[in-house]
Amino acid sequence: MKKKMNRERINQLLEKVPLHFVVILTMILWLLPTLGLLVTSLRPLQAINTTGWWTAFAPGREAEAYTVHCANCHGADGRTIPQADLSNPEVVNRTPRSLQLLALLRREVDGRPHMGGAPLPSPQEAAEIAAYLKILSGVEAPPRFTLNNYIDALVGYRGTQTYLQDCAEGQQAVDLQCTPADLLNPRGMGRAFINSLIVTLPATVLPILFAAFAGYAFAWLHFKGRFLLFAILVGLQVVPLQMTLVPISRLYADLGLNGTFLAVWLFHTGFGMPYAIYLMRNFLGSLPTELFEAAYLDGASHWTIFYRLVIPLAMPAIASLGIFQFLWVWNDLLVALVFLGGTTPVMTYQISNMVTSLGAGWQLLTAAAFLSIILPMIVFFALQRYFVRGMLAGSVKG
Amino acid sequence: MAAKAFEPPKIMKQGRLVPWLYLLPALVVMFFFIVYPMLTTIALSFGNGNGTAPAATTCIEGRPCWGIFENYRYALTAEFDFSSPIAFWNSFWASSYGNNIKWIVLMVTGTVGIGLMFAVLADRVKYEALAKAIIFMPMAISFVGAGVIWKFVYDYGTQQTQIGLLNAVIQALGGQPVAWLSMPGINTLALVVVGIWIWTGFCMTILSAALKSIPDEILEAARVDGAGEWAVFRHVMLPLIMPTIAVVVTTMVINILKLFDIVYVMTGGNFGTDVIANRMYAEMYVNFNTGRGTAIAVILIVAIIPFIYYNIRRFIEQEAMR
Repeated sequence: MKKKMNRERINQLLEKVPLHFVVILTMILWLLPTLGLLVTSLRPLQAINTTGWWTAFAPGREAEAYTVHCANCHGADGRTIPQADLSNPEVVNRTPRSLQLLALLRREVDGRPHMGGAPLPSPQEAAEIAAYLKILSGVEAPPRFTLNNYIDALVGYRGTQTYLQDCAEGQQAVDLQCTPADLLNPRGMGRAFINSLIVTLPATVLPILFAAFAGYAFAWLHFKGRFLLFAILVGLQVVPLQMTLVPISRLYADLGLNGTFLAVWLFHTGFGMPYAIYLMRNFLGSLPTELFEAAYLDGASHWTIFYRLVIPLAMPAIASLGIFQFLWVWNDLLVALVFLGGTTPVMTYQISNMVTSLGAGWQLLTAAAFLSIILPMIVFFALQRYFVRGMLAGSVKG
Repeated sequence: MAAKAFEPPKIMKQGRLVPWLYLLPALVVMFFFIVYPMLTTIALSFGNGNGTAPAATTCIEGRPCWGIFENYRYALTAEFDFSSPIAFWNSFWASSYGNNIKWIVLMVTGTVGIGLMFAVLADRVKYEALAKAIIFMPMAISFVGAGVIWKFVYDYGTQQTQIGLLNAVIQALGGQPVAWLSMPGINTLALVVVGIWIWTGFCMTILSAALKSIPDEILEAARVDGAGEWAVFRHVMLPLIMPTIAVVVTTMVINILKLFDIVYVMTGGNFGTDVIANRMYAEMYVNFNTGRGTAIAVILIVAIIPFIYYNIRRFIEQEAMR
């Protein structure tokens, strides 16, 4: 009896194998691109451009060549033959290049050919072995992972080495001082991060505040044209951004607002309004009527009800809206491109500029891109619940 | 407005002015940032390159001219080759309009299809929350960030070693590496894949919520009656979530019509990958032609008007049910 139960359970599990396979495969496919970005951003420049990021954890071609040609005599760690200890820096220093190594391999050891009957490695393989011996002996062990890309991206380094190397040699570019002040270099991601924050925080708070007021009016106040006005608002939610850019940039030009933070704050506030009010009104409208009646009968004014009752109760909606607006503004490129441009670059602008006009190397691009997605990722994973809830409440914003 | 709207309780009536005080900040910013610019955009679309004279003045002798609609002539026909039907057909599918249609068809199918499949499958595994979070994660990443991520996946090296994941896989399987982003025909598809990667999570989340709201009794009843899992999905679940699918599809179409960043960052609209929103940006902020840029913007909103109408109708229906 018990045996039969087991078999049934195993069959049930087996039936689910294709299911798990598809689900896990999709998960891996979805993760791989971002994982590639993260791994690449942590690799040294030379490694990025010569090998795929997926080889970062593999032993590498050097180790492979060594294992094929040398490991059977010298051992995996190179210490098997005491008088030819390959982990000894002095021994290795005699063969820094492939030519010297090949010459050494052609020589006889104790009256017999060095390699015995085995074929000599090709010059390419010899170079790889020489490189591996340097790693083995610790003469020169290039790090597999580095934070240099992040430093370079933060300070806006554009040279061919790394910022730290240039600074050590005193050859830094004219706009770099090699002090912490470089983090504020207008070309760097450090400054862009701060600009993004300055843009995003007010552009998140203002619309929520305005929407809370308006949402309360739409949900609980009497006025003429309430339904019509709200229906128009529902329609406005999907108006494309592109429709409004030109007149506003002309208006801003007249007012001298182009390139200022105020310009972007106001634009995002105006544009985020329809969706924010929609969400707020639907949430507030779903609160029980008795609550408001009771408060009103107790003599509370609308203002008191608003800030003593509505705001605390609306916290879940405010959280949803906050995440939405935060991600929307933080990730926006078009508005920042048009109204801020290069004078006060935000992160999205800086990265798109690196891609489209500067043709920056992968080491800088990947680090910069990762810097720009860290904060949204944290916000997303910490507050995912509210994000999903806000989206389900009817999301047609963009 | 036939539908009877929900009314707040009578005892909460207040002075006439009070509601407008609550509405004032929102209405003011919405007027200045949505309504006023929309009307101005329409007006500008009938003007010349810098909005100082009517569009008709930009007409050139001996060339086709639509008078006051000259910018619309440019916006609607400039990308096409009218020399022969075949040339027209080919130029249409390489134009921003043709590309937007490709985007809509491929991306809506991809996001809704994969989203629905994953919503159904993830519902049956224990690690559902993790699985959904991973699919959903790209929603938090900017289009620009996603552009960099995928540009790296598509990287095409002239050297022997391919550092782009996709070409490395192709090479490992014995194929020839492909220049994904500059090869016409394939490149738009490559960009659409990025869009699918970003937006599938959105579709999945909404469809998953709809699936979970189906009462278990209905599904159990169908299973007891002998329906297989596929039949349950096809004949019970799918009809029940059809309204939600319609909402997701319309939302996606609107999003795709407005989509700009992916194309701007990854190809700049070159190699036959242009889309309407990117073309509008280029006319306006690269060529500095206000008339043409705004005309394209107006075409964009005309394409979206049916969805605005649909949204409002759906809202009125919902209100009537409250």
